[in-house]
Amino acid sequence: MKKIDDEMMESLSVLSKLYLTEKEKEKMKEELWKILDYVEKLNELDTEKTKPGVHVFENSNVFREDVVENGDMCEEMLANAPAKKDGQYEVPKTIG
Amino acid sequence: MDMRDMTAMEIGKEIREGRIRVGEAVEFCMKQIEEKEPKLNAFISVCEKERLQKRIAEVEQGIKDGVYQGGLAGVPVAVKDNICTVHMPTTCASRMLEHFVSPYQAEVVRRLENAGAVIIGKTNMDEFAMGSTSETSAFGPVKNPCNPEHVPGGSSGGSCAAVSSGECFYALGSDTGGSIRQPSAYCNVAGMKPTYGTVSRYGLIAYGSSFDQIGPIARNVEDCACILETIAGYDRKDSTCVKRDVYDFMDGIKSGVEGLRIGIPEEYLKEGLQKEIREAVKKAAEWLKECGAKIEYFSLGLTEYTIPSYYLIACAQASSNLERFDGVKYGFRAKEYEELHEMYKKSRSEGFGMEVKQRILLGSFVLSSGYYDAYYLKALRARTQIKQEFDKAFAKYDVLLGPVTPTTAPPLGESLKDPLAMYLGDIYTVPLNLAGLPGMSLPFGVDGKNLPIGLQIFADCFQEKKILRTAYTLERAQQRREQ
Repeated sequence: MKKIDDEMMESLSVLSKLYLTEKEKEKMKEELWKILDYVEKLNELDTEKTKPGVHVFENSNVFREDVVENGDMCEEMLANAPAKKDGQYEVPKTIG
Repeated sequence: MDMRDMTAMEIGKEIREGRIRVGEAVEFCMKQIEEKEPKLNAFISVCEKERLQKRIAEVEQGIKDGVYQGGLAGVPVAVKDNICTVHMPTTCASRMLEHFVSPYQAEVVRRLENAGAVIIGKTNMDEFAMGSTSETSAFGPVKNPCNPEHVPGGSSGGSCAAVSSGECFYALGSDTGGSIRQPSAYCNVAGMKPTYGTVSRYGLIAYGSSFDQIGPIARNVEDCACILETIAGYDRKDSTCVKRDVYDFMDGIKSGVEGLRIGIPEEYLKEGLQKEIREAVKKAAEWLKECGAKIEYFSLGLTEYTIPSYYLIACAQASSNLERFDGVKYGFRAKEYEELHEMYKKSRSEGFGMEVKQRILLGSFVLSSGYYDAYYLKALRARTQIKQEFDKAFAKYDVLLGPVTPTTAPPLGESLKDPLAMYLGDIYTVPLNLAGLPGMSLPFGVDGKNLPIGLQIFADCFQEKKILRTAYTLERAQQRREQ
């Protein structure tokens, strides 16, 4: 098992969309390594022929008609927005 | 009778029969909150007075008009702060959602209100339900009412502390890996995690979606059954909700355990378990035997693989569920940023606490290309095998009995130093979440330091009624011996 190195930490922080300080990185590296080392235990199990159990009950997809049932809640939804403008969410410029 | 000693159903009866007014019951809780909160910190928000008065009037009228006839009509309740309410903020004990007010009610809240409940506040918890001590809350740790030097457990620590201290008559919690049962054991209250899919998750802020279940926390077994009847039910807004045949959880609760086959997993009594808790389990087994149950100790396979399997799956699902917190539509947004990506990253880094970040990182790792098969799929395969072990056990036994936790409540400030050690403390509770099983924590005496001990009573999926019968029998047996 490969130890979590700085490169891996960097890649995880990109995937997780999290900035970590150097100190946090060091601490996390150590904790993650400890946990991953511990979960190695699962390799003792022969699971070749076992199906992954994503859910307890094997529900198939549950569908419904694509009909809007709730009313217009524009105001209530926008009330929680960190920034809004003209009845819309406001974000920094994304296209140059 | 002093309201302090009354159960939710007793208060409900007094209210229905006109001996206590709804306003008096609420006033009683408010007074307890005022007195005890400075020490306990069990609540994040308490309902505004004006709103509360309006609701009290509504419920009193509803009871008079016969709209609210159930056992919980008019009884004040607290709700864990990861369950959405429109009249109070829902923070998940995180800076990320500090000012979030949900535009819709969670299905359980709708059901409670339809039954005439008065929601008095939202309870403190571990941030995003990630933790076993209620110390990772962005709003400060909760203290255990049985001994404020100790943690109340987590993540539903605020709900359990509030019920235990008399700040409310019952509460709702959520259980992903033991978050109802473990704090119930630490705080001397009864708590139940229903079978996965029994209670709608609509409006419950997601952590590990394939494990999360909402459940009752109360002063006794009958209350738990009554609350479960109120909140359970099929809901098409939660696609994992199950249509069950039976929802009358109160029915047959007093019918005893005669002939019931009860198994005790030997692996749950091995080293690492506090001696007094082991003795409590054995004593409970003896009492149940005296009441006519057949008791057998047996070996439950794969117990040591449950924690690794659980943490990999829970963190994977958490990392995916928490992607939605990006500072755009709701929640915290960082003050300074240059462009969109930086806004996402800064908002998340400043909004989430360390435990949450760690679980997101672990989850991102196990889901990432090159590691997905070796970790995430491996954990899911182990989960299938663990479920098969339980299937074997339930071919032989109606109910299983064991401890909830390896020790009684630890002192404040110790658990977070070593997260892995803290995760290992969930060894008896996570197996139920992996297999979707219902389980209950029942108060059963104290240890040498006067800290509460909990017993775990669990059964196969959809067999809540067997659990409740067993728990009720044990509760009665305890009361008889105390008299």
